[in-house]
Amino acid sequence: MSTNAREEVARHKQANVMLSRVAGSLYWMSRYLERAENQARLIDVNLQILLDFGHVGAETLKAHWLPVLRSSGDEEQFFKLYETADNESATDFLTFRLENPNSLISCISNARENARQVRDQISSEMWEVLNDAYHFIQGADAKKIWNEGASAFYDQIKRYSHLFQGITVSTFSRVEGFEFIQFGKYLERADQITRLLDIKYHILLPKASDVGGAVDTAQWHAVLRSASAVEAYRRYYVADILFKKVVEFLLFDESFPRSLKFCCVQMEDFIELITDTSVESSISTEPRKRFEAFLSRLSKVTVDELFNSGMHQFLDTAQVEIAAIGAHLYTNFMYHPPVDIQAEIRFQQQQEQQQQ
Amino acid sequence: MLFDNYQTEDFFDEMFTADGTPRPHYQGVSDALNGVNAKEFCDKQNAVENAFMRGGVTFTVYNDSQGTERIFPFDCVPRVISAEEWDVVEKGLIQRLTALNMFLHDIYHEQKILKDRVIPPQYVLSAKHFRREFMNCSVPKDIYAHICGTDLIRDRDGNYLVLEDNLRCPSGASYMLENRNALKRTFPELFQASGVHPINEYAAKLLKVLQYCAPVKFAGDGAPNAVLLTPGVFNSAYFEHAFLARQMGVPIVEGRDLVVRDFKVFMRTTAGLVKVDVIYRRIDDDFLDPSVFRDDSLLGVPGLVNAYRAGNVSIANSIGTGVADDKVVYYFVPKMIKYYLGEDPILPNVDTYLASEPSDCSHILANLDKLVVKSANEAGGYGMLMGPWASKAEIEEFRKMIEENPRNFIGQNPISLSRHPTWTGDQFEGRHIDLRPYILYGEKIVVTPGGLTRVALRKGSLVVNSSQGGGSKDTWVLKQ
Repeated sequence: MSTNAREEVARHKQANVMLSRVAGSLYWMSRYLERAENQARLIDVNLQILLDFGHVGAETLKAHWLPVLRSSGDEEQFFKLYETADNESATDFLTFRLENPNSLISCISNARENARQVRDQISSEMWEVLNDAYHFIQGADAKKIWNEGASAFYDQIKRYSHLFQGITVSTFSRVEGFEFIQFGKYLERADQITRLLDIKYHILLPKASDVGGAVDTAQWHAVLRSASAVEAYRRYYVADILFKKVVEFLLFDESFPRSLKFCCVQMEDFIELITDTSVESSISTEPRKRFEAFLSRLSKVTVDELFNSGMHQFLDTAQVEIAAIGAHLYTNFMYHPPVDIQAEIRFQQQQEQQQQ
Repeated sequence: MLFDNYQTEDFFDEMFTADGTPRPHYQGVSDALNGVNAKEFCDKQNAVENAFMRGGVTFTVYNDSQGTERIFPFDCVPRVISAEEWDVVEKGLIQRLTALNMFLHDIYHEQKILKDRVIPPQYVLSAKHFRREFMNCSVPKDIYAHICGTDLIRDRDGNYLVLEDNLRCPSGASYMLENRNALKRTFPELFQASGVHPINEYAAKLLKVLQYCAPVKFAGDGAPNAVLLTPGVFNSAYFEHAFLARQMGVPIVEGRDLVVRDFKVFMRTTAGLVKVDVIYRRIDDDFLDPSVFRDDSLLGVPGLVNAYRAGNVSIANSIGTGVADDKVVYYFVPKMIKYYLGEDPILPNVDTYLASEPSDCSHILANLDKLVVKSANEAGGYGMLMGPWASKAEIEEFRKMIEENPRNFIGQNPISLSRHPTWTGDQFEGRHIDLRPYILYGEKIVVTPGGLTRVALRKGSLVVNSSQGGGSKDTWVLKQ
């Protein structure tokens, strides 16, 4: 498309015009906050689960926390900072350490920093919630509040996220920016659910004999709680917590808003809307076809098949597919490679000389 | 009562006359405050500060790795200006901006005022912000300074004087608006009896100005596309940029979001390139276009000046307005008013001496311990010698600088700025204040009825700049 024609098309969309940089910030703002919410729940549940076990030794504690640390890929960084994984070191690392890019404090700071870059685009109420969350976790009192009750602390983080979702839905116009916010949210949530299940896989694998035992049930119960899914699960199955059912519910349920399937379908809807806005015909459709193929696999595969063919492999594939479609949208709609300033200066100076 | 021990001392106090009775236009505020005790006032003060923190009405402390954010200190007692006083201020500001704009047009075209020797040509031609490369370059509607913030002070007798003009990128309008919002929320009872002019149309008027100044070649249907150009999120005034952009509903862009092609400016959007017609820039001339000005600038847009010269984009304020901010040029503003308008200035300057005039220079050098000396192109309270309070070493340092480069310095008699009751944590004390009203130049010149009152919070200090311990107040202009 020529510059003129492109200009023409773009003119029609002026009311809705959105800088790519802004789209990128909205997307990351949303992803980071969603990540913070999931992490908060994960830490909280893992702290509580230990209460069911009574007294536990150092090895058990380590075995308990390592998969959690591993799930966000920060194990190496962790052991640079701490000698061993116990309640104190793990929660500190996952909550308060800026050295951990996925800690709550990092996620909230990043969400807020992205929001700050697009303050003119979001409602004051949205900004205020993120700003409050930032001052809450960054503040001098944060550790004190945590010591007085870790659960209440993580609840507060979750509440900020829920408040933000609610305010977004009720104050943000249904324009392009909304699509990027929602796409980011569902992408992050889908990714997190695969990581959550993968943690369970780490714990479960070495002790297959425990399946169905009391500890096992407690663990699967914790997985459901980590996904805010206990009530929804009970209502759907009206049954005990059985690991196959839990996996089935968290991966394939069509109406639960935190299941992998639900999130991926939402992603697909927003991808549709986002790509529709584009006037660039040169964007490859290959990544979209690939994601559609993944979606259709998600509709066909059964839990039994997964257990036979390898749960971990499936979760791995899911993460790769989610990351791939995310990267595709990011590079084509939200990110412009930086301009080579020196080349641009030479170009403009030549232009001017030709003019004279 | 909170004002029982209040002393006006030997200053012009905005609220009280020398015998301690409230001035008539402060009666409403005085009555309302007399119904409040110290604890209640503290609560209000805290509530405002929390509201600013929540809203992120903050600036970042630069030399702090934690990225600590602070609010600009705010004092809950409003500064009140009567309708009669404002009438004079408003007329004076309109007169001054009219003349300054004619001056800018003149020096970038015929230079009549220089040829007629009203201003010695070397002063203008040697000014740091004079842009000779824009000679004979016309700007839309002949408006150079679309947004102006003029700093006013009051002397011991209560006369309004002009301290300086800001015709580049004056800042602070967002604080004027936020201060009003904050005070309305926390102290509604203050407003009830007074009849205060609203100021909330500032952003809408600013947008009108930008649209009015669409480039000569703008031919689209509908309104021209305006954007606000910011240096970015790390700039200390970023809050203001985002605030104004949001209020106007225009995109806030950084240099990297814009690109120039075929002498036209485009922004890079999710829907491809979209043409930009008007740029409200919050970046100084020097950084605007690295292909013309400083080539180490990463903030600007290469080619922007080409597009501007070609008449495809408007820039507010125009390039080259900084020459009118030069403190030496300031000295000549009353003469400009006389020359262009044939009128006497309504708002006088502070008495000023030019170090580059031999007779003035010897006066300055002989009285360094009595005068305020300012460099011609510094702002924010920097590059300034406060003679009566300065050390011997500081005075000698300035003596050397003045002798080396007299063109760069002016001297002024220190003005005993007016004072205003200000909360010090447990009581009210008088603190020195100034006033920055905001003037918009579009279809006509409009002064927003209000402004930013800055207050020197340190006892006895005359420096109101936020970088040096200053705070601010809500500023009321009464309807009658």
